[in-house]
Amino acid sequence: MQQPNAQPMADGVLRETASQTAGPYVHIGLALDIAGLPPREQEVWNRMAGDEAQGERIEVVGRVIDGNGDTVRDALLEAWQADANGEYQPRFDLDAPFNSFGRTAATVENDGEWQFLTVKPGAVALANGRQMAPHISLMVFARGINIHLNTRLYFEDEDDANAGCPIFNAIESPTRRQTLLARREEGDNGPRYRFDIRLQGEGETVFFDF
Amino acid sequence: MSDIENRRFVPRDRNWHPAAHTPGYKTSAARSPRQSLVSLQTPTLSELSGPDFRHLHMGPHDNDLLLNFREDPQRSGLPIGERIIMHGRVIDQFGKPVPHTLVEMWQANAGGRYRHKKDQYLAPLDPGFGGVGRCLTDEQGWYRFRTIKPGPYPWPNDVNSWRPAHIHVSVMGPAISTRLITQMYFEGDPLIPLCPIVQTLRDPEAVATMVGRLDMAHSRTMDCLTWRFDLVVRGELQTWFENQR
Ligand SMILES: [Fe+2]
Repeated sequence: MQQPNAQPMADGVLRETASQTAGPYVHIGLALDIAGLPPREQEVWNRMAGDEAQGERIEVVGRVIDGNGDTVRDALLEAWQADANGEYQPRFDLDAPFNSFGRTAATVENDGEWQFLTVKPGAVALANGRQMAPHISLMVFARGINIHLNTRLYFEDEDDANAGCPIFNAIESPTRRQTLLARREEGDNGPRYRFDIRLQGEGETVFFDF
Repeated sequence: MSDIENRRFVPRDRNWHPAAHTPGYKTSAARSPRQSLVSLQTPTLSELSGPDFRHLHMGPHDNDLLLNFREDPQRSGLPIGERIIMHGRVIDQFGKPVPHTLVEMWQANAGGRYRHKKDQYLAPLDPGFGGVGRCLTDEQGWYRFRTIKPGPYPWPNDVNSWRPAHIHVSVMGPAISTRLITQMYFEGDPLIPLCPIVQTLRDPEAVATMVGRLDMAHSRTMDCLTWRFDLVVRGELQTWFENQR
């Protein structure tokens, strides 16, 4: 007879559907243009801020790099960030000036670089009165990644905010915190932040579980 | 927003999902972190909120792969292959429907060939088939696609590795925390247990969560077979006690 209290899951609690890699052809489903498919009426893509968006317009670029030091050319990324006032805009609406959600992908044409066109997010106030430093949550999908990786991009020019951010400082190793800092450079149309994601080995990016 | 901050989801069981490093699936070797994940004991608004796609404009055939692609728009012609309906519900771990959430899917054609610049497999492209679909779940969490059954295809992993017939499925769920990409396999396919990607899962019950079942009751006479595939996303816990901090 089954021992009571020995069930790993309480009665009636289902297991989550298991994850599988998005695979090399993820673009057919989530990045049609890169697969070579015609666009549909609207696509979810990398221009999160339109011309009317409030705040500092920035370009965010980077590469995903594997354990051999090679660029992952089939990576797909999703971004989730607050607007310039530190507010999330959950309603996805391409007619709105700003969307909190975006997608991008590394492309062979761009030598494996991905890009978001957005605004710099504001600090996000938490209910307990603390503030999280400006950040962009990123989800990384690719062939060879069995379950997507969650990370956060922080800004190197936000030292004070970063020093006070409860999540940034929840990373025990100060050395590893540095892997989440995007570097500011001058872009073609204003500031550009560069954020390389290292999947494995030296300088391995911090990935979160939550 | 503070209601959202009080949300809690059933923690993701990392032993249930595939590990990052699964040497049998060779590409994972160099693409898997070696460091442990950093656990957020208290997830924040950034993890507990997520996009609502009810205002994303979709076309009338976005969920109908029999009609949503023609290589030459002047010519008609249905895709080659077994006509099927793939349908099911998105529910959470407590069986609660997840309404109005975005479900996206992509797949190979009946010959096992993807319409993708990078797919060079011998099997031909089908001029009547693109291979992408999307829809929102309804009030009860139901979604539905009409398509053709994809073919299995060979891929470079072991000397002779074949993917079982599968449809890639992406679901957002209520928050960034529930985001999930998986694949639906077809009940009874002898290639399922042979596949190195399926074998990234350690528990046969976890594999079973990805197997679509033949749903004869919803099949259409003289038209198409139906496959049922429910997606379970992380359950939202009730918060009975408020923490003081
Ligand atoms: Fe596939």
